[in-house]
Amino acid sequence: MIVQLNESLLQIRDLYKRFSISGDFLDQLRFEGGKIKRHQEHVHAINGVNLDILKGEALCVVGESGCGKSTVARTVMGLLNPSSGSISYEGQRIDNMSGKALMPYRKKMQMIFQNPYASLNPRMTVSETLAEPVQFHNPKWSGAEVRDKVHEVMFSVGVDPSWGVRFPHEFSGGQRQRISIARALAVDPEFIVADEPISALDVSIQAQVLNLMMDAQEQRDLTYMFITHDLSVVEHFGTRVAVMYLGTLCELGTSEQLFDSPRHPYTQALMSAIPKLADDRPNHIKLQGEVPTPVNLPSGCVFHGRCPYADDRCKQEIPQLIVTDSGTQVACHAVEEGRI
Amino acid sequence: MALLEVNNLEVCFGLRKGEVKALRNIDFKIERGERIGIVGESGAGKSVLGFSIINLISQPGYVSQGEVMFEGQNLAKMNHQQLRSIRGNRISMIFQDPMMTLNPVLTIGDQMVECLMEHRTISKQDARNIAVQKLQQVYIPSPETRLDQYPHELSGGMRQRVVIAIGLLMDPDIIIADEPTTALDVTIQAEIMELMLELCERNNVALILITHDLGVVSQVTQRTFVMYAGRIIEQGPTKEIINDAQHPYTQGLINALPQMGVRGKRLHQIRGAMPSLQSVPVGCAFRERCDYAIENCSHNVPDFTESGGCKVACHMVAELKREEQAVKLEIKGGAQ
Repeated sequence: MIVQLNESLLQIRDLYKRFSISGDFLDQLRFEGGKIKRHQEHVHAINGVNLDILKGEALCVVGESGCGKSTVARTVMGLLNPSSGSISYEGQRIDNMSGKALMPYRKKMQMIFQNPYASLNPRMTVSETLAEPVQFHNPKWSGAEVRDKVHEVMFSVGVDPSWGVRFPHEFSGGQRQRISIARALAVDPEFIVADEPISALDVSIQAQVLNLMMDAQEQRDLTYMFITHDLSVVEHFGTRVAVMYLGTLCELGTSEQLFDSPRHPYTQALMSAIPKLADDRPNHIKLQGEVPTPVNLPSGCVFHGRCPYADDRCKQEIPQLIVTDSGTQVACHAVEEGRI
Repeated sequence: MALLEVNNLEVCFGLRKGEVKALRNIDFKIERGERIGIVGESGAGKSVLGFSIINLISQPGYVSQGEVMFEGQNLAKMNHQQLRSIRGNRISMIFQDPMMTLNPVLTIGDQMVECLMEHRTISKQDARNIAVQKLQQVYIPSPETRLDQYPHELSGGMRQRVVIAIGLLMDPDIIIADEPTTALDVTIQAEIMELMLELCERNNVALILITHDLGVVSQVTQRTFVMYAGRIIEQGPTKEIINDAQHPYTQGLINALPQMGVRGKRLHQIRGAMPSLQSVPVGCAFRERCDYAIENCSHNVPDFTESGGCKVACHMVAELKREEQAVKLEIKGGAQ
C-alpha cells in the first residue's frame, strides 16, 4: 500500500495550555504589605507546540511523564480548551467551535484511552457500549443496521459477536482494550488519537493490540496520533515521531531518522535509556538533575539546565524548530550552530 | 552451600471458590552475589514468589508445601519473631511504588533510623550517620538535609533511591526487587538499574529482580527464570535465554517485543491469553497457546529437560532443538 504523506489532516499552531493551581478567586487573594493582592500560579502544560499530522501516518508523541503529551491529545480531541493557539482539522478551525458544530468532527475523530478498566462503563454490556456511539452519530439508522455495525466491528477486532451480552468485567485486559478500539472504530473515523493504549497490557497482549491497530489502519485508511512513553513501540509503530519535553517539541522526524541519528541532546539521552536485549549492561547518557517543575518554567530553552551543551544563548533565547540536513526538525541552538 | 535454596515450593490461596495454587514446584538455588531475574506476565506468580521467599504472603495465602532454606534455616517454618530478624536485615525487599512503601507522615531520616535501631543496638546519632552514608551511596545530593524531608518533597526517582538506600541499610545478603522501576520513566529507570547493578556488585549482594521487562533483565542479571501460570518453565543463563530461548512461550515473549520486529510490519504474537490460576488446564499450562503442542502435552506436566545451559519444561524441547538446527543447516547450505 502506498501512503500519500503530503496532505496535512490536522494542524496544531502555537498551542498553549495552562492549568491554574491557585484555586478559586478567594483563594488567590493574599494580604501583603498592607494591601490585598491577587496571586495566580499556573502549570504550563503546553508551551507553544506546532505540529502537523499528515493523512495516513501514525504520528507518535513521546516523552516522559509530565511533558504534556496527554494534554496535547486531549486538547486535539476538544476535551480541553487551549489557552491560546489553534487546532484545525482539514483546514477548519475546531478548537473554538460550539458543541453542535463540532458533531461531524467528533465522528471523524475518535479516541482510545490508556486504561481499559476505567474507560468502559461497567454497567453497560459490550453491545450497549458499542451501539451507543453508532446510534448517536447515525440517528436515522434502524435497530438492525446498528446491530449489524456492532457485529462487524466486534468481528474486526477479534471479539466474538456472541459475547456482546457480557459485561466488561468478564473480559481480560487485552480483550477490553480490543473493545475500546472497537468503540472508536464503530463510527468509521478517519483519525484516531490513542493515549497510551498498550501501556496497561502485558507484552504478549501488547503485540496483539498493536497488530490489531496496524491492521485497522491498513483496512480503513486511518491516521493515528499515538501517545506513548515506550520508545521501542514507537520505533515499530510510528511513521513519524515527535519528542516532547516540558510542554515543548524538541525534535520531529521520521522514526528511522530519529532512531538512527537523534540530534537533540534530550532525544539522544532518551534513546540511550531504552533497555535493549542486545546490551550487556546499562549504557546510557546520564542527564544532570531532574525535570524542572512546569509551574516556573526555565527561561530560554526549557532543557538548558540539564543539557551538557548549554551556553548563554540557551539560557535566554527559546529555540525554534529548524530543519536539519538529515531532514529532522530540531529545536536546539547547539544543533543550529553546528556545535553538536 | 547455596545462599538461598528453594525446594518444591507451593503456595496456595484459600478462596471461597476453593484452593488456588499460585505457585507450584518451584525449585532453585541462589549463590552469594548472584543476580537473578524473574520474568513473566502479570498473574504468572512472580510477585508471589518474591513475597513467599521472606514469607510475606498475607491471608488467605499460605505456603502449603516445600521449604525456603536460607543459611540452613527454613524461612517457611519460622515464627514472626524469627522472621523479623531476617526481614530487612539479611533479606530486604524493594517494592514497585516508592510512594506506597515510604511512610508519608515520617521524615526519611526517621524511617531509616527506625529500621537501624530495630536491628542493631546503636545510638541515634550513629544510626543517622549510617543513614547519611547510605544515602550518599545511592547518589542523593546533600543527604543531611534530605534526612529531614518528607517523602512527598522528593521526586519519583529520588524516592526510589531512598527506598534502595533503606534496603541497603543493614548490608543484607539478598535484595528482592519487585518491579522496582515500573512506576518510573525510562531515563530514571536506566539510572536506577545502573545504580542497583553497581551496588550489588560492590557489596556482593544477591539480587532477585522481578520484572516483566526483558530488556532490563538482560542488562542486569546473570540468570533468568521465566514463569508461566505459577511455574518456572525455563531457567538458565540470561544470555542464552535471550539469544536462544528454548521454550515456545519464552520464544514468543521475546519475539513479541517491538524491538525484535521489522519496522512497519506486524509483530509476532502469542495467541490467546494466560489461563486464570483457578482453571489451569491439565498437563502443560501453555499448550492451548502453543504451536507445537502434542498429545502428551494435554496429559502430563512437562519436567525440566536440560538443553544447552538451560533447563526447560517442555515435552518438545529436543524436537524443537533438532528442527532449529535443521533450519540453521538449511540456511547455511542455501548460503553456500
